[in-house]
Amino acid sequence: MADFLLELLCEEIPARMQAGARAELERLFRRALEAAGVVPGDLAVWSTPRRLALIARALPLATEAVREEAKGPPEGAPDAAIEGFCRKQGVARDALELREVKGRKTWFAVIDRPGLPIAAVLAEAIPAIIRDFSWPKSMRWGAASLKPDSLRWVRPLSGIVALLDDEVVPCEVGGIVAGRTTLGHRFHAPGPITIARVGDYPAALRAAHVIVDHEERQSLIREGARAAAAAAGLTLVEDEGLVVENAGLTEWPVPLLGRFDPAFLEVPGEVIQLTARVNQKYFVCERPEGGLADAFVCVANIAARDPAVVVDGNRKVLAARLSDARFFWEQDQKTPLAEHARKLSRITFHEKLGTLADKVERVAKLARWLCEEGIVKADPDLAEQAARLAKADLVTEMVGEFPELQGLMGGYYAAKEGLPAEVAAAIRDHYKPVGQGDEVPTAAVTVAVSLADKLDTLKSFFAIDEKPTGSKDPFALRRAALGIIRLITENGLRMSVAEGELLDFFADRLKVQQREAGVRHDLIDAVFALGGEDDLVRLLARVHALQDFIATEDGANLLAGYKRAANILKKEGFEAEGAEAAVAYTPEPAEQALIDALAVATPRAEAAVAAERFTEAMAALATLRAPIDRFFDEVTVNDPDASKRAARLALLARFRDAVHRVADFSRIEG
Amino acid sequence: MTALPAFAPPARDPARSFQDMILTLHDFWSAKGCLILQPYDMRMGAGTFHTATTLRALGPEAWNAAFVQPCRRPTDGRYGENPNRLQHYYQYQVILKPSPPDIQDLYLQSLAAIGIDPLAHDIRFVEDDWESPTLGAWGLGWEVWCDGMEVTQFTYFQQMGGFDCKPVSGELTYGLERLAMYLQGVDNVYDLVFSSPPASSGEAVGQQGLVTYGDVFLENERQMSKWNFEVAGTEGLFKAFAMAETECRNALAAGVPIAAYEQAVEASHIFNLLQARGVISVQERASYMGRVRDLARASCEAYASMMAPQWQARHPGWSLV
Repeated sequence: MADFLLELLCEEIPARMQAGARAELERLFRRALEAAGVVPGDLAVWSTPRRLALIARALPLATEAVREEAKGPPEGAPDAAIEGFCRKQGVARDALELREVKGRKTWFAVIDRPGLPIAAVLAEAIPAIIRDFSWPKSMRWGAASLKPDSLRWVRPLSGIVALLDDEVVPCEVGGIVAGRTTLGHRFHAPGPITIARVGDYPAALRAAHVIVDHEERQSLIREGARAAAAAAGLTLVEDEGLVVENAGLTEWPVPLLGRFDPAFLEVPGEVIQLTARVNQKYFVCERPEGGLADAFVCVANIAARDPAVVVDGNRKVLAARLSDARFFWEQDQKTPLAEHARKLSRITFHEKLGTLADKVERVAKLARWLCEEGIVKADPDLAEQAARLAKADLVTEMVGEFPELQGLMGGYYAAKEGLPAEVAAAIRDHYKPVGQGDEVPTAAVTVAVSLADKLDTLKSFFAIDEKPTGSKDPFALRRAALGIIRLITENGLRMSVAEGELLDFFADRLKVQQREAGVRHDLIDAVFALGGEDDLVRLLARVHALQDFIATEDGANLLAGYKRAANILKKEGFEAEGAEAAVAYTPEPAEQALIDALAVATPRAEAAVAAERFTEAMAALATLRAPIDRFFDEVTVNDPDASKRAARLALLARFRDAVHRVADFSRIEG
Repeated sequence: MTALPAFAPPARDPARSFQDMILTLHDFWSAKGCLILQPYDMRMGAGTFHTATTLRALGPEAWNAAFVQPCRRPTDGRYGENPNRLQHYYQYQVILKPSPPDIQDLYLQSLAAIGIDPLAHDIRFVEDDWESPTLGAWGLGWEVWCDGMEVTQFTYFQQMGGFDCKPVSGELTYGLERLAMYLQGVDNVYDLVFSSPPASSGEAVGQQGLVTYGDVFLENERQMSKWNFEVAGTEGLFKAFAMAETECRNALAAGVPIAAYEQAVEASHIFNLLQARGVISVQERASYMGRVRDLARASCEAYASMMAPQWQARHPGWSLV
């Protein structure tokens, strides 16, 4: 058994690519070894900005010997064919063996492939791994790049360490010869370092100020940043993305806390946090009493002679960034939102749908209408005002700089302007809900604007035939539909949401969305199939009642009875609805019982549905369960007497129709 | 006649003045075998537009050069009121072709030469790829951070003018004002010491004394910001754009692609001025950018195609595409 180390040293690998690179290295390494019949056990794969490293423990010293047989030409075949076969297999003619194949003597070559030393397998695998490595973006470099097919890597590759226990695995790729020499930290340990044996690697690097295990660096940053904040009496605002990114930017991470001018805190906290994170990769902190503190945590890649110098440099950069942010914050406020909104006429929303100003106009009218119709219980004037201003922040400097602050900034500016609180809140939150986990607005004015915005988007794009297809949804219409569904259902809004194709689109989205909530898609189909249902609140109430009902014994049995009735009707080609065949004979008791039960249940179910008392409608159906069961037990539908047969089929059709008052049970699975 | 006194170059102190910092970079890269060129005598948005970068990045020939390039970014003007933003500033460009294996070390040595100690300051290479659709060019590299401040753009050119770079050049673009502010410890660009009197006052000419960046450029920034944003005659600019476009095509037709390239650079700057004047709508913007791109790419292509036979003669087996 032997341990193997592979280190690929290069210039700084982008932090965002390191996790993928580790997975790729592992994948290619396993592939290469498995092709040689070796299944490596646990691998350690690490990354720093300057290196990818892999350690495979306890590899066998050699691959297994393999005996292979190849079937050749039959005995008596022309010499040329036999010679050719020998050449191809690399065996001498007198080493061929004759075997019987389907009664015919045939030449076979028997090739014994001896086990290969693992070093030889690795020496071949390493250049292949490097050549086949897939990076999101790769490049050529140096004198070799005079030729178009020179080696590609994410940044120039400068060294390879390949050790099997304490021996170098000899190989070379793109002029780089594998050895046992690598580099430590760029500044703390600039000279070459030599790795004597695989087991020494992490410690040798640590001695050279490199922590090769990215997870260890991540926890150093996580803990160190928390501790730095705590030491200042503050709480770190946790950000795991920043932890991973900073670990990908450092070999020797040192979190440092700095302060900035508290005057910047007049800028909204979200802006400060975003500026610090996006531009500088800094953490921010909160005060014990809540609210952002005038502090940041940066992660240096050196144990600096004087950390205060590093902190001060970073503080200045952040100050310059925050000055820009404050400049935008102040500049934007010099113009009222209404005036910003005028500039929306310069921005195309979609070439066939006009400018953003056109969209705002439509949304404002729709928001007002939603209120005037009483669908949303909000003041129509406030809803219209909020809708007219909701997109204005898109032309502000701040949102130009940080697009993810759309809505939020408009809300801040509206509040600063002294607009009604409901209007400011509606501007702030009208994009919600964005993701699945995002909260759904409940404030009435916000609901009106958010709903109007999304409905307009959806109806407009459907009107110009820009519908999502497959994985393509460039205008995020599925998300808009989902947002509408959640706004309507969670706020109990009673309205006709759409018709035709768009209603089908909603039905699909609703099924996907409700699956999460444990609602069966077939039950949604069963209600939609009745047609004419465009009120999602009513629809879901009916579906919920149906789901509860189907789960009961009565429900399950009624469904079985329904299916049996439907099958008979289908088989007999009996389509007539509302058939009221006159009964010219004395019905059997079970038959009469069903007739009587239907006479009571049908109007009850109908009335209950009309009154949207769906549980009651289900209860009405439940009264049919016993009579239908008894009917099938005791009555023969297919009576020789044609008039009896016709009357009984008509009775079953009436039963089916009664059930259909509530839902199309034929859509229900099981 | 008495003998003229011999001139002994003084020791430089890059942290003392802007010009000493520049001279130190010149010394450094000159000692490494680079040509020390002078700025291109045209208005341009970045040092990359200098023909010593764009056109020389094409073809197989070795090329190592360093120069200061004044950059014009009309929309970045702040009337001299912002401590960090200027409509005219300097870049220090180094182009090394092919990119040497120790290019990162060379760069770090150059920082050390101007006084940045990497154990006192946190130097980082942070992913930042570069793309210029205008030039049909892209490359991979980093922005180099010094204590969180971007001080240099470091790029390995992969394509220029739509052609694969064979070989790849390494381009270093230092932000001179930022570096100097850092070294001098000032927070406002206008407070930078541009030049301070020599240590032995007997050497100085006249009575000039200490000169700041503000002494040299503050008034320029005020007036040029006003001109860029408020004054520049837009009708004339539109005409100038059209003229540059026409002249570029004219030069291309006449087989003088370097002249054509100059016209593309001119068109690019005029477009930037029109942007600053706010007379180009969102819709028109893409179309103007496309026109500039077409000119620049056609010029690069024509230059490369014209030079290709010479290049091939000297580098058998090399081909443009």
